[in-house]
Amino acid sequence: MTWTAILVLAAGAYGFKLAGVLVGNRVANPALRRSISLIPPALFCALIALQTFETDNTLVLDARAAGLVVALAATWRKVPFVGVIVLAMIATALTRLAGG
Amino acid sequence: MTEPQVSPTLRRDSVVLGAAVGLVGVTFGVLATTADLSMVKAMAMSLLVFTGASQFAAVGVISSGGSPVSAVGGALLLAARNSLYGMRLSERLAPFGWKRVPGAHFVIDETTAMSVAQPDETSAVEAFWWTGAALFFFWNLGTAAGVLIGDAIGDPNVWGLDAAFPASFVALLGPHVSTAPGRVAGIAGAAIAIGAVPFTPAGAPILLAALAIVPTLLLFRNTEPAT
Repeated sequence: MTWTAILVLAAGAYGFKLAGVLVGNRVANPALRRSISLIPPALFCALIALQTFETDNTLVLDARAAGLVVALAATWRKVPFVGVIVLAMIATALTRLAGG
Repeated sequence: MTEPQVSPTLRRDSVVLGAAVGLVGVTFGVLATTADLSMVKAMAMSLLVFTGASQFAAVGVISSGGSPVSAVGGALLLAARNSLYGMRLSERLAPFGWKRVPGAHFVIDETTAMSVAQPDETSAVEAFWWTGAALFFFWNLGTAAGVLIGDAIGDPNVWGLDAAFPASFVALLGPHVSTAPGRVAGIAGAAIAIGAVPFTPAGAPILLAALAIVPTLLLFRNTEPAT
């Protein structure tokens, strides 16, 4: 990773963030506003799915799936935030230890 | 800043989320050392790029022998979604004037999730700044720790650290999928992303997931928007 690459990435990443922040509140069209409000649920569910079932651009089923199942169950049972994360990590670590 | 309607658990949850993300930061630090990044370069990435998925993607490409150009290209594709988050958060950040410019650095998955989930404006703004500050602190602390102890702990995923990010988003998901359009957008987003993985370059599936708003809007075009 060269310094040029790091600085270009930093500038680009910040540029994306800032552009959204500066342009977003000028969007007045109600349909477009509604579209923007639907972005978080769509992207968060996609992130959960990708972080659980994707490795190196390939779909895989591994120990992370056990963590996802436990996280869903813990959230459904109203386990506090930190508990959900710890239980999911334990489930994934144990499944991996068992060869999953 | 402590208006009565702000939930007492909000600041604690922000710090807990930050700490969980700090664990992911440890993983990034370890990966950075395996890709032969110096401490200074690894820290520069966490301080200046500050968007986890892009950092992992860039370092992953480098460590598997890819060129810096493809590393930066893939990472920027992943970073593009922060523009969409910025648009979602822009109205809440508008009253902050020039502070939006440095504040934009905090516009990432976690701050959007925490802020948009809040029931009122005061909490939403508080959630953004607290989560942003906590994440920035712990992400960089974790990165430094990962670089320092990288050789000692080996593969951090033995400890299930790769489960921390998806689990935290499962826990944060509730308020985002409390409406029918939110649930449809969520299911469609996950389906599009998974479906796109075999056919698109790294970084594209998460952006394509934004197209989930199209079927959602068509399905709910006759109902009142619930914001």
